Amino acid sequence: MAGLQFKDPWQEQRLFLSRVIAAAILVLLLSGVLVTRLVQLQILDHERFTELSQGNRFRIDPLPPTRGIIYDRNGIVIAENRPNWELVATAEQIDNLDRTLRSLEALGLVDPAEHDELRKLIRSHRGFERVKLTNLTEEQAATFAVRRHLFSGVDIQEALSRYYPFGDTAAHAIGYVSSISETDLERIDRSNYAGTSHIGKTGIERAYEDRLHGQVGYRQIEVNAQGRVVAGGARGAGDTGEFESKSPSPGENLVLSLDMKLQIAAQEALGDFRGAVVAIDPRNGDVLALVSTPSFDPNRFAAGMTRRDYVSLNTDPDKPLFNRALAGTYPPGSTVKPFIALTALQHEAVAPEHEIYCPGEWRLPGQTHRYREGRGGVHGNVGLHEAIVRSCDVYFYQLAVAMGIDNLSSGLTAFGFGAPTGLDISGEQSGIVPSPEWKKRNFSRREDQVWFPGETVITGIGQGYVLVTPIQLASAGATFAARGARFAPRLLLGTENTVTGEMTLLEPHALPSIEDHTAEHWQFVSDAMVGVTSETGGTALAQMKGLEFHVAGKTGTAQVITIGQDEKYREEDIEETQRDHGLFLAFAPAEAPRIALGIVVENGGGGARAAAPVARKVLDAFFAAENYVASEP
Amino acid sequence: MSLASLEWSRSATGGRKRGFRGFVVDMPLLLILFAIVGLGMVVLYSAVSAESGLLVRQAMRFAVGLGAFFVMAQIPPHYLRLFTPWMYFLGIGLLLFVAVEGQIGKGAQRWLDLGVVTFQPSELLKLAVPMMCAWFMHERRLPPTFPQLMVMALIVLTPALLIVEQPDLGTALLVIAGGGITILLAGISVRLMVVLGGLGLAALPVLWTFMHDYQKARVFTFLNPESDPLGTGYNIIQSKIAIGSGGLFGVGWLNGSQSDLGFLPERSTDFIFAVMAEEFGLLGVCLLLVLYLALVGRGLYIASQAQDTFSRLLAGALSLTFFVYVFVNAGMVSGLLPIVGVPLPLVSAGGTSMVTIMAGFGMLASIHGHRKLLAA
Repeated sequence: MAGLQFKDPWQEQRLFLSRVIAAAILVLLLSGVLVTRLVQLQILDHERFTELSQGNRFRIDPLPPTRGIIYDRNGIVIAENRPNWELVATAEQIDNLDRTLRSLEALGLVDPAEHDELRKLIRSHRGFERVKLTNLTEEQAATFAVRRHLFSGVDIQEALSRYYPFGDTAAHAIGYVSSISETDLERIDRSNYAGTSHIGKTGIERAYEDRLHGQVGYRQIEVNAQGRVVAGGARGAGDTGEFESKSPSPGENLVLSLDMKLQIAAQEALGDFRGAVVAIDPRNGDVLALVSTPSFDPNRFAAGMTRRDYVSLNTDPDKPLFNRALAGTYPPGSTVKPFIALTALQHEAVAPEHEIYCPGEWRLPGQTHRYREGRGGVHGNVGLHEAIVRSCDVYFYQLAVAMGIDNLSSGLTAFGFGAPTGLDISGEQSGIVPSPEWKKRNFSRREDQVWFPGETVITGIGQGYVLVTPIQLASAGATFAARGARFAPRLLLGTENTVTGEMTLLEPHALPSIEDHTAEHWQFVSDAMVGVTSETGGTALAQMKGLEFHVAGKTGTAQVITIGQDEKYREEDIEETQRDHGLFLAFAPAEAPRIALGIVVENGGGGARAAAPVARKVLDAFFAAENYVASEP
Repeated sequence: MSLASLEWSRSATGGRKRGFRGFVVDMPLLLILFAIVGLGMVVLYSAVSAESGLLVRQAMRFAVGLGAFFVMAQIPPHYLRLFTPWMYFLGIGLLLFVAVEGQIGKGAQRWLDLGVVTFQPSELLKLAVPMMCAWFMHERRLPPTFPQLMVMALIVLTPALLIVEQPDLGTALLVIAGGGITILLAGISVRLMVVLGGLGLAALPVLWTFMHDYQKARVFTFLNPESDPLGTGYNIIQSKIAIGSGGLFGVGWLNGSQSDLGFLPERSTDFIFAVMAEEFGLLGVCLLLVLYLALVGRGLYIASQAQDTFSRLLAGALSLTFFVYVFVNAGMVSGLLPIVGVPLPLVSAGGTSMVTIMAGFGMLASIHGHRKLLAA
């Protein structure tokens, strides 16, 4: 047989037939198994399953865990849970969903504009699940309570809802919780959120959702034919042999690095301006304050707002939902000068004592374009120290050209510009530190990829392509204050186990430190920054008068529009939204820094005028709270 | 065999003219198909809480399926054989395409958006894999040699691995079943079968490491559904309650509280068998089972009467694979097998599988209708 190479149809047919018969027998056997299983379920265990299905209908109620509380660094509560009434629906017990919803709308309990959305929400849950429709006021709860018998499947229940006692203060840092959306369902374990109606959407509430939420529990409860509870609590495990109850385990409490007193002071200091303040402890990266104005009240999200309210919040031209502190990118203006000076000293592009004459403008050799002083001043003879104190652009134009764009941009990158700082909540923008490589990567047309010498010139004063976020400014200031020791800014200091009360403190997140600069150079530039706030001609002298300690600072003014070669910047001629942004970078006390600030005041009209006063108020609040006494040098 | 006497597939010309057989309709197949789909629509009506929209869509799918049946029935088996490799490689190409470009539906890359309809290329492979195996063995001597077996293993496992990656373990296993059955019918020796079966068992731990977490969770849940009553165990618990409460005669059409009140998940698709069991009881389910067995029996009869290797293997494999679909779905819904997401053929709401199954039976009709009657 092994030697045969031709097909034998009859033999093959016989083989095939035997296989088909074997298969048919197997099919019948498997069918027999199936029928046996069905007989077992439908005949032998029929009564038990009927009881489970019909007689004593039971329901598994999820027991939502209590969300963790959020504290500031001094133990002040900034997010908690408060009892309130909510309207809930259980789909399987509602005869006609549309009619029920319309009746609730007629009573003023449910917003008719959300009819379709609620319908969808209820449909998206399992029939036995209780779905929260809305929060009720005391009055509404009373209105419903007397009519409860008319609504099968709808009920009121007391529940905990998220409450932010400080309202719009620190809203961008803490974030908010809001109803779980379809998109949220994609990224969570649905069964763990079976009894939870809200989820962290932004800020800390989102970043630490896992820790805050906790683990769901459940209990089995008996209900009668109408779905009303007849015997609360768990049935014994021996009763049906199916389920047990399990208590929920609450979420962890969080302790943040924020100092709410400082936060409030910073928010008040910004007043009605759009802008941002970030305060960081240079010794560990703790974010002491993180303000973005205008702000919003997160309680409105937690309570649930109407579509119209949300749209008006979202389309407000001042963009209150936008977190300027992390995602606002601004030309840094002269606030980059300390970093550029330090880098220039490192590369020996300049000697500290080197003086130039500043006539108020400068040209690149062989070119006609005039690079002017920001405010048209003439500084005369200035060295590097005076150039920082008085913010001389002409000096830094030449410094930038002398050190070259590659050194300049790597110097800025080392301080964390051009990349997210690594703050532990999401939403950070990278900003831009331009360089010839950056242009190659980010422009598609060849002629746009060329780096022009003039672009080096204006990068030297923080204009042109360079963009920074307020938190980058503060973080770079903190790195400077710590003489190169870098930390990723952090909002979370530690967590508290709600059951055992045990506190877990997190280690600061240290980054590789900057080792490129000598102690003399650090000191030289730091002294110049102190000069900004303390020497005659210093750009922030007036704003920092009368402090008992030294503040190292640097003002910055970012142009929003380009002023023509022979035009003059005249504020009264310019639309409010076209006016210059004011920036300020500072750390204090200069000798042993404990706070670094990054401040942006949008359209405030300049760093000295708009941003430095904000810094002063924040520093006053910080050191008043610390009862700071200046140590004699 | 009683079905053999139901030889109604006489066309108008009755096969008298050589080369032209007229319109091929295999009446026994068609009648059973109509009976199953009709019964399925009755159950579906209840499962979707008497909403007619889904029912109309299901009827339209059946209409498209009938079209596929009639088209396939007119194509003589040797033409089917000619375009088999094209169809197979087209299927592989489409699988590769969805892996890269496919739309993400339900978190898995399975769907191909054709603009008007979405289409699952893995469904095409359910037909193409047994066809390709039959095509490969057609000119060769049965039973297959070991190298030939290896080639067929490659034919089966290449698309199966692509489908596992989607990830769609259920469909992948069905594709493997389709190819494997073809190989078994080709006459692989019993000894080799045992060895390969042992290898298969040994491969299970390897497969386990390739499985996604949700698939592992399903297996755990299958072993102990009560461990997770709010999550994955919920489906199987509710499904068993639905089946069990149906009893011998069922609770009556549209009366199933498990399905009507929304306890039962996926009741119009994967779990429709439980709806049927609750409302029509053991008797109703047995009726459906008998109809399925009749279909499989007719298919095996056609296979036994087929006149060449390709037709024979294809007819046998398609019929037996169909039974595997039925058994896997009924088994998972009744808690015999883990939940792998396999619809109940011809009954569950769903487009592509209806069309491919009807096309498959169209091929059976063609194999039977295009026999050369000279020998008889």
